[in-house]
Amino acid sequence: MLCVAAANLVSLAQPQVLRFAVDDLYEGVTAEKLGRYAIMLFAIAVFAGVFKYLMRQFIIAISRRLEYELRGELFEHLQTLDAPWLQSHRTGEVMSIATNDLSAVRMMLGPGVMYTVNTIIVSVVSIAFMVAISPRLTFYSLLPLPIVSLCVWWFGDRIHKRFEGVQERFARLSAHVQENLAGMRVVRAFTSERRQAERFAEHNSDYLRQNLDLIRTSGVFQPSLAFFSGLGALLVVWVGGREAVHGRITIGQFVAFTVYLGMLNWPMVALGWVINLFQRGLASYARINAILDTAPGISSAPAASRPAAARGDIEFCHLTFTYPGAAEPALHDVSFRVPAGSTVALVGRTGSGKSTVLSLLPRVFDPPPGTVFLDGVDVRELDLPWLRSQLSPAPQETFLFSATVAENIAYGVPGHDAEAIRGAAALASLDEDVRGFPDGYETRVGERGITLSGGQKQRAAIARAVLRGSPVLLLDDCLSAVDTQTEETILHGLRREMRRRTALLVSHRVSSVRDADEILVFERGRIVERGRHDELLALDGRYAALHRAQQLEEEIEAS
Amino acid sequence: MSEPEHEEDLGRAYDHQLVRRLTAYLRPYRWQVAFAVLVTLAQAAVQLTFPWLTKEAIDLGIRHRDLYALDRIALLYLVALLAAFALGYLQSQIMQGVAQRVMRDLRTSLFRKLQELPASYYDRNPIGRLMTRVTNDVDVLNEMFTSGVDALFGDIFMLIGIVFAMAQLNVELLAVTFSVLPLIFAVTMTFRAKVRRVFRDVRSKLARLNSFLNENLSGMTTVQLLGREERNAAQFRQINAEHRDANLLANTYHAVFFPLLEIVSAIALSLIVWYGGRQVMWTGITLGTLVAFIQYTQRFFRPISDLSEKYGILQQAMASSERIFALLDTPSDPASADFSRPAPVRPARGEGAAGAGLSVEFENVWFAYGGEHWVLKNVSFRVEAGEKVALVGATGSGKSTIASLLLRFYSPQRGTIRVDGRPLQEWDAEALRQRVGLVLQDVFLFSGPIESNLRMDDPALSRETVVRSAHEVHAHEFIERLPGQYDGELRERGASLSAGEKQLLSFARTLARDPDLLILDEATSSVDTHTEQLIQDGLHRLMRDRTSLVIAHRLSTIQDVDRIVVLHHGEVRETGTHAELMALEGLYSRLYQLQYLGGRRGSARAEAEVSSTDI
Repeated sequence: MLCVAAANLVSLAQPQVLRFAVDDLYEGVTAEKLGRYAIMLFAIAVFAGVFKYLMRQFIIAISRRLEYELRGELFEHLQTLDAPWLQSHRTGEVMSIATNDLSAVRMMLGPGVMYTVNTIIVSVVSIAFMVAISPRLTFYSLLPLPIVSLCVWWFGDRIHKRFEGVQERFARLSAHVQENLAGMRVVRAFTSERRQAERFAEHNSDYLRQNLDLIRTSGVFQPSLAFFSGLGALLVVWVGGREAVHGRITIGQFVAFTVYLGMLNWPMVALGWVINLFQRGLASYARINAILDTAPGISSAPAASRPAAARGDIEFCHLTFTYPGAAEPALHDVSFRVPAGSTVALVGRTGSGKSTVLSLLPRVFDPPPGTVFLDGVDVRELDLPWLRSQLSPAPQETFLFSATVAENIAYGVPGHDAEAIRGAAALASLDEDVRGFPDGYETRVGERGITLSGGQKQRAAIARAVLRGSPVLLLDDCLSAVDTQTEETILHGLRREMRRRTALLVSHRVSSVRDADEILVFERGRIVERGRHDELLALDGRYAALHRAQQLEEEIEAS
Repeated sequence: MSEPEHEEDLGRAYDHQLVRRLTAYLRPYRWQVAFAVLVTLAQAAVQLTFPWLTKEAIDLGIRHRDLYALDRIALLYLVALLAAFALGYLQSQIMQGVAQRVMRDLRTSLFRKLQELPASYYDRNPIGRLMTRVTNDVDVLNEMFTSGVDALFGDIFMLIGIVFAMAQLNVELLAVTFSVLPLIFAVTMTFRAKVRRVFRDVRSKLARLNSFLNENLSGMTTVQLLGREERNAAQFRQINAEHRDANLLANTYHAVFFPLLEIVSAIALSLIVWYGGRQVMWTGITLGTLVAFIQYTQRFFRPISDLSEKYGILQQAMASSERIFALLDTPSDPASADFSRPAPVRPARGEGAAGAGLSVEFENVWFAYGGEHWVLKNVSFRVEAGEKVALVGATGSGKSTIASLLLRFYSPQRGTIRVDGRPLQEWDAEALRQRVGLVLQDVFLFSGPIESNLRMDDPALSRETVVRSAHEVHAHEFIERLPGQYDGELRERGASLSAGEKQLLSFARTLARDPDLLILDEATSSVDTHTEQLIQDGLHRLMRDRTSLVIAHRLSTIQDVDRIVVLHHGEVRETGTHAELMALEGLYSRLYQLQYLGGRRGSARAEAEVSSTDI
């Protein structure tokens, strides 16, 4: 604040020097005196420069630091929000809040504050100087200036709305292109290229029209500003000229006056702009706060217990579960027990509820109280980070981050070493693939790196789960994109792991579940058959039919 | 998020070849452009009169105590203000209007190009990248047109005008004032390089920040399950801090640059006061001249400090136009729509074909998507006009490729495909596709009204035809239940419909066109028994009275056809009727058993299939 004041006060002295210089010139002056005026002008500029530097360093830097704090807080809060919340908010929406809204808030706190202070000080001081020269002239010359502020505010608002209209049309245009490209084969098969081009032309013209609309408004804006501030200058020349002619002010005062008026110009423009910045900034701040005020729906209970290490005894007890917002339950009265160290397999069609069972254990979705237990304790009573640290999940759809292969395998495993990573990868039959990558384990995957095949991704997820080494393994159909032979190799390696841990295994392949201690057959959210492999074959029900079909399939593939 | 390539490959700000191609797009608007240039010149000239008018007011008005002259000058000032307003408005309207129209034309060219690119191009280039060309890259050019080039042009003219006006006033004083020019260039050049680098740094840090955020939002469940929150927060803090520091550095440069420029301009001012003041006293230049000089000097410095920013915009525009023209230069698929002529008129049913439908013949066809990995190996079979043939085989046997080849999405490396006795390459691709109906496994629907989806925007199809087709394949029933019925809007990809409903819609839109040849890739998605029956019956009606080539997954469909071709690992292994192939006890009979047992698709589906085939 002090810097802003100092910077402006010093700059405002400049016209005064000019005034004396001009007056002296008019009346006769020595070269020495002129030299002194020149040096004074230069010195003022240097002082003002230093203070302006400090002002920017201060206010703008503070806004950047605040932006940093707010963004960090937002990110950390987003990490605590639960899966249902994340699913009900599109990533694009949240991204827009974390980028556009955050930047609007920063603009308010940085340039917004800086120019507000600036405007106030410059206006007060220069108007004071101007009044000192001539109150009458000040009155006339200031007449058009509030119009300038009004102009900026009024146009700023309208331009912003039209700009949003342009953005909206742009989004529609993009959506059309996106759809056209995604459905390219259908478009061509139906020879709709021309019609698609016509539709595109409509969107394109619409976008053009909206842009022209924006230009019509913004095109008036700039010249209007110039006109109204020019009007002030005109009044000074005309009215001020008369005052000078009548000797009520000196020529030096006249010149100083024109300079003051010029200095007032920008703060008036800024005033209107600042009002818009504050309007947008406050609306954005409200949206950010709405997220920050959202309490996580799934979190640790107040007195959550945090035992040393889990034995791995799992029990599901009369579990009936309905997804938030769904009409029908996804699971009906599901009960089974997985004693520590044993393996239970879940088989069934897509949508039969197998994956839902696996997502309730780590509380991705919250099971009803008293239905899911780890070591005899309701998972809802356990400390959430501890609970999750006891589980090693390998999902069907693996999410890999844009990092190296090694980092992805060791994701969520602190203090890993290269040897352990390679061991886990070897167990998941991934080691050989990785050695073929350009930089081995240091090869980047994702956006800026190579793309892994579906099978490689799944094997990376298995390696990740193995390296994690938690007492409970959750394998959710994580070999579906791997060929039968590789699957056999991986399962062979995994069996050793599974003997040491409790494992819940979802699969659609009989070959991967046959060795399980118990096999549960799911249908429409219920367990319809249960038992060991040979027991279920003897039962000659759904499991046995699936088994025969898969044997036949293998035969056909081999022929 | 934003592509990394955008950040890195900033090259020249001016490339003759690219500029020539860009100006070609300006040709239709050459008169507007010429007019805009005139307006810009006039605009700059008017801007130059203001300091001159101030000078006249001081010298003629105030110093000579001439009130009449003062009034006249004030009036001139007002006229100049009004002229500046009018010219400023005109200039922005014409120039930006032209720019927007050029952008529209460019987007149209790009969109048409996208319709003409070969299917293999889409296999290599992700949709996101192509989208960037049509949208973002064109927008970068837009920015050049609106804020860069015309302003640059006006600025340069203005600078020349100022020098000229100052020279008119007093050459000696001009030389003194311009002695600070080297200083300005030194300051601007030093900072230009630094600021550009730091801004590139800010942009890439922001891109990193946003892609990290985006990635972690998408993979949040994984993050939470694996308990990575703390490490990610630390990582985010670091990226966030790097972004902040890059911005702080940029701010420091700004904080130094702008005051420094002001100091330089203050030096010029001091020089004018000192040197000019002496001249006022001894050589008699007027006080008004001195004031005008000060004002001209102030107007001179502003455009110069903008120049470096405009240079950056030009560089980006060149990089974008290079990418745009590279896409426009990609060779088109010879089998693509030709926008230079109207669409061929769809012939009436059966025209030119013997009886109902077109015959299809594959003769020793070999095909690979790339390299030597053959998807089809020496495939030969024939489908007579009006015949129904099923293609059967396990996943990866090459069935779907046959459909792609028939529609000329790809061309076989060896062998010949004939439709209606004519080799495929002799057919006009559009004329061929107009007579072929395609039903894909994964139904692609467009956002918009159901009716336009069924018509596929074909103006030749009436609403009656569309409704009749929907009735025929049992789609009418559920359409009537939807809000808005046929005018009801579908969400992107028909997200609000069930898999079965989408199937029925795709049947209806194909039947509405009454094709001579039907290529159908049967969906494997499981639907409830009632819908299953509707689909079976709809399929039966769709295949009636035309040549049909069906990639079949359902027993009922297989039993409905005249002949079955069994593909295995890209080769034709067996051909014959259902009974013949069953008697052969080969591959087909085992595939049949597999279907009967349900296979991977689950036992409930198998039961539904069995019950619908038991007669």
